[in-house]
Amino acid sequence: MNIHYDERLDGELRSFEKADVLRDLQEAAPSLTLLHREEDLRPFECDGLAAYRILPMLVALPETLDDVQTLLKRCHALGVPVVTRGAGTGLSGGALPLERGVLLVMSRFKQILSVDPDARVARVQPGVRNLAISEAAAPYGLYYAPDPSSQIACSIGGNVAENAGGVHCLKYGLTVHNVMRVDIVTIEGETMTLGSEALDAPGFDLLALMNGSEGMLGVVTEITVKLLPKPETAKVLMASFDDVEKAGQAVGDIIAAGIIPGGLEMMDKLAIKAAEDFVKAGYPVEAEAILLCELDGVEADVDDDCETVRAVLEKAGATDIQQARDEAERAKFWAGRKNAFPAVGRMSPDYYCMDGTIPRRELPRVLKGIAALSEESGLKVANVFHAGDGNMHPLILFDANREGELELAEDVGGKILELCVAAGGSITGEHGVGREKINQMCSQFQPDELTVFHALKAAFDPDRLLNPGKNIPTLARCAEFGAMHVHNNELPHPELPRF
Amino acid sequence: MTNTVTKTADRDIAEALCEQVKKAHTDRTPLRIVGGNTRAFYGRPVEGETLNIAEHSGIVHYDPVELVVTVRAGTHISALEASLAEHNQMLAFEPPRFGEASTIGGAVATGLSGPRRPWAGAVRDFVLGSHVITQDGKLLRFGGEVMKNVAGYDMSRLMAGAQGTLGVLADISFKVLPKPTASHSLKLSLPLSDALKKLAELGRQPLPITAAAWHAGELFLRLEGGKSSVKATRERLGGEEVDASFWQELRDLEHTFFTQNNDKPLWRLSLPPNTAPLALDIPESDIFYDWAGSQRFIKTSLDSETLRQACQREGGHATCYTSEALGGAKAPFTPLNPVVEKYHRNLKAELDAHGIFNPGRLYAAF
Repeated sequence: MNIHYDERLDGELRSFEKADVLRDLQEAAPSLTLLHREEDLRPFECDGLAAYRILPMLVALPETLDDVQTLLKRCHALGVPVVTRGAGTGLSGGALPLERGVLLVMSRFKQILSVDPDARVARVQPGVRNLAISEAAAPYGLYYAPDPSSQIACSIGGNVAENAGGVHCLKYGLTVHNVMRVDIVTIEGETMTLGSEALDAPGFDLLALMNGSEGMLGVVTEITVKLLPKPETAKVLMASFDDVEKAGQAVGDIIAAGIIPGGLEMMDKLAIKAAEDFVKAGYPVEAEAILLCELDGVEADVDDDCETVRAVLEKAGATDIQQARDEAERAKFWAGRKNAFPAVGRMSPDYYCMDGTIPRRELPRVLKGIAALSEESGLKVANVFHAGDGNMHPLILFDANREGELELAEDVGGKILELCVAAGGSITGEHGVGREKINQMCSQFQPDELTVFHALKAAFDPDRLLNPGKNIPTLARCAEFGAMHVHNNELPHPELPRF
Repeated sequence: MTNTVTKTADRDIAEALCEQVKKAHTDRTPLRIVGGNTRAFYGRPVEGETLNIAEHSGIVHYDPVELVVTVRAGTHISALEASLAEHNQMLAFEPPRFGEASTIGGAVATGLSGPRRPWAGAVRDFVLGSHVITQDGKLLRFGGEVMKNVAGYDMSRLMAGAQGTLGVLADISFKVLPKPTASHSLKLSLPLSDALKKLAELGRQPLPITAAAWHAGELFLRLEGGKSSVKATRERLGGEEVDASFWQELRDLEHTFFTQNNDKPLWRLSLPPNTAPLALDIPESDIFYDWAGSQRFIKTSLDSETLRQACQREGGHATCYTSEALGGAKAPFTPLNPVVEKYHRNLKAELDAHGIFNPGRLYAAF
């Protein structure tokens, strides 16, 4: 993957001089913090996808809405692209800077403006951390439901941009289901409110469109989120299986029994071993797969559901079923899953995390396909899986110091995503397309569908100044890379820094 | 519309629909998109050649274990719900049905949701994907049949509530949910202010409430979930048992509130949770609170300006359900803020350059 903006494939940009842009912005917005020296820009060269690094031309750190508006107005007038960034924890390079663009960092918008326990909403600025919202709501017995694994660090603005998920999506939804209203600034510097504190708003559902739009349609400056009453209790069952397929079948059986677990996670043997070595969660290392099933809600119902799920798991052929006896053991069971990525990181110098989704029934077939790709490439793959909602996170183990291995890992990753698309799924469930999966978009969507996406983009940003080169590939790019898996050997391999 | 379509047939006429759209695009003929023709009251009248979706019907794919159903837009809601019920599942957003002919495509296009909405989510929250006929008569796929999918813009959710002004929904994939194991409906005699206080208090607790309404001195609650929690909450709240059909009547606007003494225009007010009663001169008997107070139906002859300002002050909006009664203005939906309207126009121009899709249905300008 060539991470650099390529005008031939990503669209033309207007030409301008960095010094002129800097002077213009300084004059237009004297109170705006602008970074322009290389050593100041360096910390912003990548987001959570650290293999992709590009030094931005300028970094802007506004503290006021006025400065955001002025910045966008000037960039619009000058034809300077703007990439918006939150906490920089995204995993698809959505906030990867442009060498010839301004990186708009919203991290100074970090105030929780209000928490209303009776209306069960919180009004927050985009730089507020996901977890900080739940912490602010906790005194009222409320919380914000979506919990991406980076929730300690990731910001709610980035969550909206990526439509972030987490381990509780099947029951509680993604970001789009939990955001009621956003204020945005358009590329022309206008402000507008989408959605409402009521449960709907007149006109088109532009709020839904804004969620997951990866900063391509506007810049989010304020967000109202829905808060939920904290479930009275949560209990977790861990089931071991001697066969991955049986574990996959058990997932469907639980749903078929009419139960929607708060969380339903699956790990394969390699992931189990990595996690157990790392955090000693008490996982059965001899098992081929484990399921973690969390049931939450009112105590009495949860107890009934635990019994039902236990019976389903037994019938599905689980070799061992344990129920966490107390909160400490529940936390321990989850610690293994939540640390699966760093645990795998200890087994291998580098790993590459994928994010495909599939209909659950396709799980055995896709896992077989992944195993075959692993064998063929010689790269190990550990599988961690939000089983309840069909979101797979295969982790491809490799060593970037070995020549060609990063490219091999990217190739295996691309093929895994194509397996997901072929199985009726998607190339990304919650991490977003960003720069990382821009070529895979060509296998998920036909040119006509991409044309509609370009039309949606044009309605908001006809000059393509907001985050160009991300999310939606040009038709020119797809013409060249649409069959990338076939012609991979012809792909240019740029010098990529180490993971 | 004739009444010949009484049963959902399994018929795919997408190709013919695409042809008609393509021709309309070329000839610049406005199209009036019609399914069961039961929702014409909701929006402005459309002049145009009829694009009849009703015959494009049937379930394309239903996998109860995946919690996903894909259905053609012309399918009757009743037929779809009957199929789901066979597997003890449901459309959790409870789309209102305005007669047997009401189609699922119309339900998505109008974006209306039933009493469960504050707890379960709205129509668009359950839309996973769709096939859309675009202005040039192409049948394109957006989203899919998986729970999580963030590839590309969310065109499918944008279509929900757009009333067919941006494209034609050909089929839609929904997330479905299991029906709750236990259900109990009750009513408590409470004056409005006490009822609202009670709802705010209950709302902060993890209780199995899935509907809450107030009318004529009575607070109605539906408890749904596991047997144990429903039983415990029922014992705690007491009250008098109510037949579950109450919620179906409310959902479909068939409660006597809607069917009797309706000489005045009917309005729907959408307000933030926990909004106090509006200072409007309307007798309590002409007000029906749904969605724990976030959705209020009122019968009033007050002018739209007065109503809309009262709602806007609270952060909400007002929609007229009997727009023919509005006289000359014919603006059933709250006018948009000028910047928001600009982007609506831009979207319309991009996705429907010649204005062939339900022109004027939402707003006169597009």
